[in-house]
Amino acid sequence: MSDKKELQVAALKNGTVIDHIPSDRLFTVVSLLDLKHMDTNITIGNNFESKKLGKKGIIKIADRFFTDEEISKLSVVAPNVKLNIIRDYEVVEKKQVVMPDELKGIVKCNNPKCITNNEPMQTWFHVIDKEKGLLKCHYCEKEQLKDNIKLL
Amino acid sequence: MKTVNMENRSLVTIANHSKERILYLLEMAKEFEKKPNRRLLAEKVVATLFFEPSTRTRLSFETAANRLGARVIGFTDPKVTSSSKGETLKDTIMMVSNYADIIVMRHYLEGAARYASEIAPVPIVNAGDGANQHPSQTMLDLYSIYKTQGTLENLNIYLVGDLKYGRTVHSLLMAMRHFNPTFHFIAPTELKMPEEYKLYCKEHSIKYIEHTDFTEDTIADADILYMTRVQRERFTDLMEYERVKDTYILNSRMLEKTRPNLRILHPLPRVNEITYDVDESPKAYYFQQAQNGLYAREAILCDVLGITLDEVRADTNR
Ligand SMILES: [Zn+2]
Repeated sequence: MSDKKELQVAALKNGTVIDHIPSDRLFTVVSLLDLKHMDTNITIGNNFESKKLGKKGIIKIADRFFTDEEISKLSVVAPNVKLNIIRDYEVVEKKQVVMPDELKGIVKCNNPKCITNNEPMQTWFHVIDKEKGLLKCHYCEKEQLKDNIKLL
Repeated sequence: MKTVNMENRSLVTIANHSKERILYLLEMAKEFEKKPNRRLLAEKVVATLFFEPSTRTRLSFETAANRLGARVIGFTDPKVTSSSKGETLKDTIMMVSNYADIIVMRHYLEGAARYASEIAPVPIVNAGDGANQHPSQTMLDLYSIYKTQGTLENLNIYLVGDLKYGRTVHSLLMAMRHFNPTFHFIAPTELKMPEEYKLYCKEHSIKYIEHTDFTEDTIADADILYMTRVQRERFTDLMEYERVKDTYILNSRMLEKTRPNLRILHPLPRVNEITYDVDESPKAYYFQQAQNGLYAREAILCDVLGITLDEVRADTNR
């Protein structure tokens, strides 16, 4: 592999770099951001060494900038990811993921007797405590911790 | 015909009702107690959809609808279970919305009424959704307390029996937060009041005291004694059940030291937690409590259809 090719993968003129993704969550992040349906250059790397995480994943997306709402979805699976916003090869902004006030259609309710687990419909959670990751199902009203919850 | 904005008129829970809103509905129930038979819902069709059987609740709602002059359609389907579902809830609700002006529904799944209220073009009244909410029961409990004590303020309320799974006691506790109650939780260790409700009490400055014993001394200061069933199947330790099963039974001897204004409530059906000699006591109130359900439900049906207290008061049609 030539130096030039490596550079082409590494450098991003404009776009977003998502860093510090836990390796086992990388493909979940890919699907939550719906990268499958983007047609710009996307580089996905995984199992890089990380002091904090052991192994981490990185995603570089050219010419795409996410709204806070779009990235807030990641708070459930990868709350510590860092986003670098690149313009003209420079990092112009760093963003962290903030837990949103509500989660719609992202996670599954833990309660087997909840209507959302028995009817073709979207789940809906109210975030009660962002620090603890405490969620309350809008429908069955059961409170649950995000760590115990499954993605849809 | 008057058009009313149907949005959010549904009754899914009263957990978030303000004090004013609760008192308003109780005032309306009082009007219906004075005169239960009215024509306020003439030409309306009320659907009662019971995805899980509950004869008492269904009869009470259907009587309320009939006494208001409405016609009633509906079903009770004991065969519908979570394992053998056919049509989706949404399809059933949309279909029935074509026929009825209001849907009273009971469902074995939690959150079913909330979901139905979001998709239905007509108002939904929750008649119980699994272990979650049963607002008309709470309204009739509140009405019974209000009527027998003359107020909801500053009362000593004793909740006895299964406080872990008892949906009615949890809803009552939350609805009483506006009225400065002192609660006494009397339950076997296995069925004691869950932490989340004790936390709720702390957050809302509701005083409570926990007991495991249930004697005439424990209940001497009670204004309201709310009895519930202690069911065998709720215990993981059956030895524990055998040990405590006779502890949470109220008999007439235990009433000797109690306050004259004490009234005994029970959501019914009872099994053996209140002995039959208590029925003779003027303090036994559980049958009247069930009757109050009729007035509370008449108020609920009118309220969700946008009929106001003033309109009920102004109604003089026979
Ligand atoms: Zn739920």
